[in-house]
This record gives sequence, structure tokens and C-alpha cells, in this order.
Amino acid sequence: MVQKGEEMKDYSPSEMMIVRAARELEDGQVVFVGIGLPNLAANLAKRLHAPHIEMIYEAGVFGAHPLRLPLSIGDPTLVSGATAICSIPEIFMYYLQGGLIDVGMVGAAQIDRYGNINTTVIGDYHSPRVRLPGIGGASAISLLAKKMLVITNLTKRGFPEKVDFISTPGFLGGKRERDKLPVEGKGPSAIITDLGVFGFDQVSGEVVLQSLYPGITVEEVRERVGWELRISDQLTISPEPEKEELRIIREELDPRRIYI
Amino acid sequence: MKESKVLSMKEAIARYVEDGCKVICEGFTHLIPFAAGHEMIRQKKRDLTLCRMTPDLIFDQMVGAGCARKVVFSWVGNPGVGSLYALRRAVEKGIPHRVEIEEYSHFGMAMRLLAGAANLPFMPLRDYYGCDLPKVNPNIKELRCPYSGETLFAVPPLNPDVAIIHAQRADQLGNTQMWGLVGVQKESAFASRRVIVTVEEIVPEEVIRGDPNRTIIPGLIVDAVVEAPFGAHPSYVQGYYDRDNQFYLQWNDISREVSLLQKYLEEWVLGVKDRQGYVNKLGEVIIKRLTPPASWSQPVNYGIYR
Repeated sequence: MVQKGEEMKDYSPSEMMIVRAARELEDGQVVFVGIGLPNLAANLAKRLHAPHIEMIYEAGVFGAHPLRLPLSIGDPTLVSGATAICSIPEIFMYYLQGGLIDVGMVGAAQIDRYGNINTTVIGDYHSPRVRLPGIGGASAISLLAKKMLVITNLTKRGFPEKVDFISTPGFLGGKRERDKLPVEGKGPSAIITDLGVFGFDQVSGEVVLQSLYPGITVEEVRERVGWELRISDQLTISPEPEKEELRIIREELDPRRIYI
Repeated sequence: MKESKVLSMKEAIARYVEDGCKVICEGFTHLIPFAAGHEMIRQKKRDLTLCRMTPDLIFDQMVGAGCARKVVFSWVGNPGVGSLYALRRAVEKGIPHRVEIEEYSHFGMAMRLLAGAANLPFMPLRDYYGCDLPKVNPNIKELRCPYSGETLFAVPPLNPDVAIIHAQRADQLGNTQMWGLVGVQKESAFASRRVIVTVEEIVPEEVIRGDPNRTIIPGLIVDAVVEAPFGAHPSYVQGYYDRDNQFYLQWNDISREVSLLQKYLEEWVLGVKDRQGYVNKLGEVIIKRLTPPASWSQPVNYGIYR
């Protein structure tokens, strides 16, 4: 029979991503949250080291206290018990464009060597091989939040050297190009994947592998990246999720195991 | 005494939605006007330009039914589930026919509606820098600020022929109250030439005037009020019902197959006379499962000033 304590040692790649993203958030920050793993990460951080995080959802919610995992971005669970509700123009104009957002979290279908994100099409725009969802709120988050985290699985198809379409800018052709944009956001700060975490070179804006998850090798990561990947001199191994983190994720945040 | 604007759904859609017109059906995954969408399918509306920030299942159904010529949007998917396969089939393969698309970001769509509502030729915004979208959508233009000289982007107004909005309640003059997420419904209504409001309940005028802060759309701009209980199912209505998530998950399989989609439309849209028929078919078990426990707000004191 498996001991309860032993069972808790196992964790899924998604749980590791949630924990890693949560640890990037600091107490008191105003966080622009999306559905799925970003929502789980923000709610985990709020229950642990960052109880004063304010969660903003693009549907028009400030200071959400959801009692369940939202089924979609407009879930009424985000409204009941929230601090404030406003319209979508207000969320984008006053909160985001007004410079009130500390951290935004977005997903990506494809992300490239300079952190540019594609969520629009695979192939040609006018006759796409695959039509993806489009931009949604992501470009504004990237341009207007002070810091942006990207949360996505690491796959060969998802990490080409150059994306087919820039839906949401990363460092464009390099950091110098991004710095010319007249906006608050200075580019993504990390890509949190299911195998490890990437940062960006301070000078060039190129993706650099910063941290591996326990048991993952550099080779496994390289195999899934479509260019000659740079590895940080200070490559770390991310600590495993703690028991309390896993308990909160499994028992409180996603008891039906939809995302984990 | 002003005249009542109450119409049946059939009359409202027949009177105000013409083939070839531009229709906006808003509601950001909340308060989606499905009952009106189904009536447009029943009346075989054609060549519509359908506008919504998030097309959702309602436009997937309408595109699958052949109602659309074009879709204007900012994020297209089955929210929290996956893809909209009928819309993708139309865009990728031209089934049942080719549907044109015109896309923005959420911020861009919201600003288009704001410009439309405010009778302005454009709205400036700090979005789209470094993005490829302006290269494929000539409506998104760079703009030089006449004061500071800085570069901004601009989007043109969106002025639909008809807005269809679902809400919790309205009086018979069309004064409409909504709570929970209000999305871009107010902007959509003010931006459109005609406005159809569908509601869970039609209430006396004094209910509306007892709490004017909750009125999102004034009867002044409303052309028709339709009572449509459960009219947003399978989406949510704050305080009235939850999303029927089982259906959203099932739609993932239904919309993948043309035959399954046609079967759905025949059974749940063309096979029922109106929303009441749909609700009867849905049955009490599902309705009970979707009804949330109550959570009332504290009343506020407006005072009497004479």
C-alpha cells in the first residue's frame, strides 16, 4: 500500500508550472489573470506567500475572490465577492493603459527565439493551415503591464526560431527594437514551461534556459527548441513543489483535476 | 403613457434583422443572447456580418447554419474548452461557404464600439505596437498625436445595424438593467442603429426607477423588448443560472462533424417553435442543476429629495 506521504511526492508537469508561476508573484502586486494555469498560479500565490495580490480579469473584475475554478473568463464566480466590477473598456483604458497592472500572464501557441508570441495562425494569414484564437487581451497585456510572464508547454512545434505571425510582441528582432516601443511593458520576463523556465538575455533579448525541473536534462529541452538554444551560466534546478502547494492545488483550487 | 416595446422574439427578429445587415450580439461569455441567435437561424437569415469580441458557440452555430457572410471578432474559441470547429471549417475550408473574417485585439474591439457609441471617427489606443495585425487589417492605423507628437494606434468606429443584448431585466419601455459582468453591452447598444433587448424578466417601471444606477441601456435607444427566460442558456446569467458546461464540452464534439451539427440544429433550433419550446425540451432537471443558491446585496438608500 502506498503511504499518503509518498503519494504526495508525485506531481504533474502542470502542477510544477503552476507552482513556478506562483513563485514569480510578489505580495501586493496587481496581477492580470487569464483562465487556466495563470488563474491557478495567482490563486495559489494568494493563499501562500502573497495574500494581498489583487486579481484582475479582462472580463471586468477587480479584486476577484473566486470560490471555484472559473469555467471561462466571464464566470459569475469571479463577480460574487469581488471588490469591483467594471466594463471592458474601463479595464483596458483605466487599469491596463492607466499603468496599474504589475504583472500579466499569457499563454502561447508558438513562441520564438526572441519571445514573440503567435496565437493567430499557423501558415499564411490569408489561407491558414490552422486558424488559432487570435490576440484577445494579450498584446495589450504585453505592452502595458510592467512585467509579463508566458506560460506554455514546451513542444518542438511551439518553439520555432521565428513565429509565423507576431500576435503579441516579445523582443521583436532583438531587445533594441523592443526598447523603441513607447510603452510601459519592456518585454516578457520569463517563459514557464513543463520542462523548465526560460529567461531572456539582458542585452539581446534572446531566450536563455535558466532553470530545469528536477529530472529533466538540457538535451530534452534542446530537442524541443527550434534553434541553437543558449543555456545560462547559472543554470539552476527548480525546487520541487512543496506539500502545502500541492495540497492547495489539488484540494482547494482544482479538485476535479481539470488543468492538473 | 409611452407605448410598450414588448414584442415576441419572432416579431423582433423579423422586423429588425434584415438579410445582409451587420449584427452585434454581445456578452463576454456571460449573458450571451442564444435565444435570439436561434431565432435568426430559424428565420434563415443570410449574409449577416456577425460582430462579437468572442464569437462563442452562438456564432459557431450561426455560421454552421449558413447565416454569416463575415465575422468580426477579437478572440475566437470555445471558452475554457477549445476550438469553434464550424467557424474554422468556414474559414479554413469554405464549408458550408467561405466566411470572411476581420479581427482586432480585445482592446481594439472595445475601442471601436466606444468610438461608435460616442459618434467619433476613431479611438486612439496604446496597443498593436510591434504586432503583425495592422499589416493584415488596414483598419488599424498608426496615428501621430497632434499634441505630443507620439505614435499611437487608431481603430475606426463599429456601428452595427442591430445590437442584440440579453439582460436580467427591463421594463416594457426597454429600460434595461444588468448586473455581474457588463462587458461592452452598453457601448454596443449606443453604437447600433437598432437595439433589441432580450431579458429574463420584464418588470414594472418602478422597479427600474427604484435603482437607476443599475440601468445600463435606456429605453430611449431600444426598439424591442423580448421576454426570454433562460434566453442565454447554455451561457451564464449572474444570479439566475450557471453555464451549462456539459453542453460547452459536448459542443466540442458536435461542432467537429457537419452531420452532428446539423442534427443539433434540427433537434434544438429548427425543431422547436421558440425559446419556451427549447426550455421545455431542456427539462427541469437541467434547469435545477444550473440554478445557483441566492446571494443578495444589501439595499442602498437613494433618499427622497423634494
